[in-house]
Amino acid sequence: MSIDLSQFHQIFYEESFEGLDVMESSLLELDCENVDKEMINTIFRSAHSIKGSSGTFGFTDITEFTHVLETLLDQIREGSRRITQEHIDLLLKSVDCLRGLLHSLQNMEEAELGESKELISLFNAILDGDDKPNTSNAPASTNSPGKTSEIEGDPGSLTVWSVRFIPDENMLRTGNEPVRMFRELAELGDLTSEAIVSKVPDIVGLNPELCYLGWVLTLTSEQPKERITEIFEWVIDDAEISITEVAGLFGDMEIEVAEVDADVEPEDVASAPTKITEDTLQVPDIVEEKTAVVKAPSAKDGSIRSNETSSIRVGTDKIDNLVNLVGELVITQSMLGQLGTEFDASKLAKLQEGLAQLEHNTRELQESVMRIRMLPISFTFSRFPRMVRDLSRQLGKKVDIKLIGEQTELDKTVMEKIGDPMVHLVRNSLDHGLETPEERIEAGKPEMGLITLNAYHQGGSITIEIMDDGRGLNRKKIIAKAIKNGLIGENDTLNDDQINDLLFQPGFSTADKVTDVSGRGVGMDVVRRNIQSLNGTIEVFSEEGIGSKFTIRLPLTLAILDGQLIQLGAQTYIIPLISILESLQADARLINHVAGGCDVLRLREDYLPIIRLWEIFGVEPVSKDISDSLLVVLESGNEKIALVVDDLLGQQQVVIKSMESNYKKVEGISGATILGDGTVSLILDITDIIKMAGVHHRQVKKVAHGKFGGHKAA
Amino acid sequence: MAKILAVDDSASMRQMVSFTLQGAGYDVIEASDGQDALDKAKGGPVDLVLSDVNMPVMDGIALIKNLRALPTYKYTPILMLTTESAGDKKAEGKAAGATGWIVKPFNPDQLLNTIKKVLG
Repeated sequence: MSIDLSQFHQIFYEESFEGLDVMESSLLELDCENVDKEMINTIFRSAHSIKGSSGTFGFTDITEFTHVLETLLDQIREGSRRITQEHIDLLLKSVDCLRGLLHSLQNMEEAELGESKELISLFNAILDGDDKPNTSNAPASTNSPGKTSEIEGDPGSLTVWSVRFIPDENMLRTGNEPVRMFRELAELGDLTSEAIVSKVPDIVGLNPELCYLGWVLTLTSEQPKERITEIFEWVIDDAEISITEVAGLFGDMEIEVAEVDADVEPEDVASAPTKITEDTLQVPDIVEEKTAVVKAPSAKDGSIRSNETSSIRVGTDKIDNLVNLVGELVITQSMLGQLGTEFDASKLAKLQEGLAQLEHNTRELQESVMRIRMLPISFTFSRFPRMVRDLSRQLGKKVDIKLIGEQTELDKTVMEKIGDPMVHLVRNSLDHGLETPEERIEAGKPEMGLITLNAYHQGGSITIEIMDDGRGLNRKKIIAKAIKNGLIGENDTLNDDQINDLLFQPGFSTADKVTDVSGRGVGMDVVRRNIQSLNGTIEVFSEEGIGSKFTIRLPLTLAILDGQLIQLGAQTYIIPLISILESLQADARLINHVAGGCDVLRLREDYLPIIRLWEIFGVEPVSKDISDSLLVVLESGNEKIALVVDDLLGQQQVVIKSMESNYKKVEGISGATILGDGTVSLILDITDIIKMAGVHHRQVKKVAHGKFGGHKAA
Repeated sequence: MAKILAVDDSASMRQMVSFTLQGAGYDVIEASDGQDALDKAKGGPVDLVLSDVNMPVMDGIALIKNLRALPTYKYTPILMLTTESAGDKKAEGKAAGATGWIVKPFNPDQLLNTIKKVLG
């Protein structure tokens, strides 16, 4: 029977990545001065598991590597070696390296072994570097050849062996059954046995759980002595066993038998014990061949296949819940079905009740299905402790990281896309935000800086905050830089929000010099674009000397949207609820006409450009008079506009259907959905609409200030 | 058909073992650590226990000790899955009452051969 081991590879990768994550986070928490034994155990177990499975599935490079890790960790675990910072660093590097190796294996690419070889030699240097007995540094997979070579012996000759076997009294208590061993021996050749009963006590002193018998066995077989020894492998340490050669029969049989032996496949059960060790050696070769074959085509076409998004792990409780809900749906369906066959007016109430039930079921089912795609944000958060640790060292800063709300759930797709922007923000905080220990002490702050990541649900969206207790944004520096880059004029007066907004302009960086960590000037604008493409927003709050806080708001999922239905002429459009700040009746007194053809709405302290949706979409509105219309104040990025619509209809959750995949990309429209009455409604893309209207918030602001600034001051 | 309790904290190993054994017609109960295995073993007798050594919550050695203390499992064959490098673990396992061991890495055929021999 042969089993294709590759079917277990995917789960091996998954659990290995999980194991590496566990190793990493435990290593980061480990304190050299005060070592938590359970934590060392956890790290050891992860390495050990990866080693065991990788060996079984034939990934010898991984096995070799994890073996040295395991050896070092084992010594630490036993207490024969003290863990040092150097060890932790090396182990962390190994975690990275192993991740890389596993990724290349998963994508069936040629693994880059240079780094792992180097790390292995570093480990070996540590392991060899003292007088500690060198406990088997050879990788496990190559440990067995010693045995194999012994076995080579003389397979062709028939020999009569005499085996004297006197087991330990307690042998039966370990579940070792002499009959099993005799059965195995009988498979090797002719077997006769004779019991030694001298140790059996009389019936009164007899303990039925003990084994008092011994045996003298005579075996005629062409198998070498080692094969016989192997059968007793599990009991040999406690038993008295002697295997002696009584007579050897040499003849022309020798050649014949040798030939037969060569034909025997590894599957052959009878010769298994010998074969076991041979197989152990063969496995790596076979797998290497296999991967080599697969590698060739993928290297040729140069395409990189990523298996990352192919599967998702879902907790069984979620599945159970789903099954339960489907069950309820079936019940409701059968109830309605029955009602339908014998329906009359008297059953109207029952029908309504049934429909309400159906609605309830459907909503719950929808929520549960969406929940399947939800993962705790810890998947993204977990990479940061390591990053902060490495970067803070690189920058010579002392930084601690605090994670809050790691269990907050988020759609997998959103999660995958939010990782990079977050990395960028955390890097920025480390590089620009937090001060060096000296600067901090001087400023009367604790030497250790703190970065806090916080995630929580708010309505239908998730909020992620990235906070640091550093020096805060330097507004003067930002303004100077913006003037230098021509983003603003020298005499512009900007409020705090507008200054902060400059950070997100393309080509903006305040770092004095370009470091490895950040400050290449590509960044915050990309961060904001990425977040906007997820229908999210980002804003920054900062106080000089106290710290900065970046707040990202994202929809929980990309498949469903909380929408506000609006009416424009005969059309119904949908505005994402997340972009709506408020809606108001247009009041002529609040609307000013600005030179250049743009109307602005004065809303408290702000002046917002007014955009007439019917102009952009070329739709005939109910009324062109703005005072008959409603204004919806929308925010995208840091720009606010007032959109003129005919009427506000209801709010509802809509399932987003992609325009691109069903039709083509349409400017100003992010998608479409089907409403309850079956009509198709378009979902507005606010960022796009602002762009289309040709309104640049800042310019309008300037104009507005120029014209009304005087009034305000007065 | 013989019932086997397969204990390993690694899901891939557990799947491989259980797939192999089921393919050969054995009934397999899976457990993810020693405590889980002990609970499942108490739920009804099995013909053979196959256990990893290094596991969270309760390791393989403790599991063997606990199983041997149960009347039902006094003589049940218990095999450990060990790595070659853990030589003293074998002795420890034997002392706890393990029947024997299978050395990792092993392939499905080796596993089946050993199981067949023990179960006859």
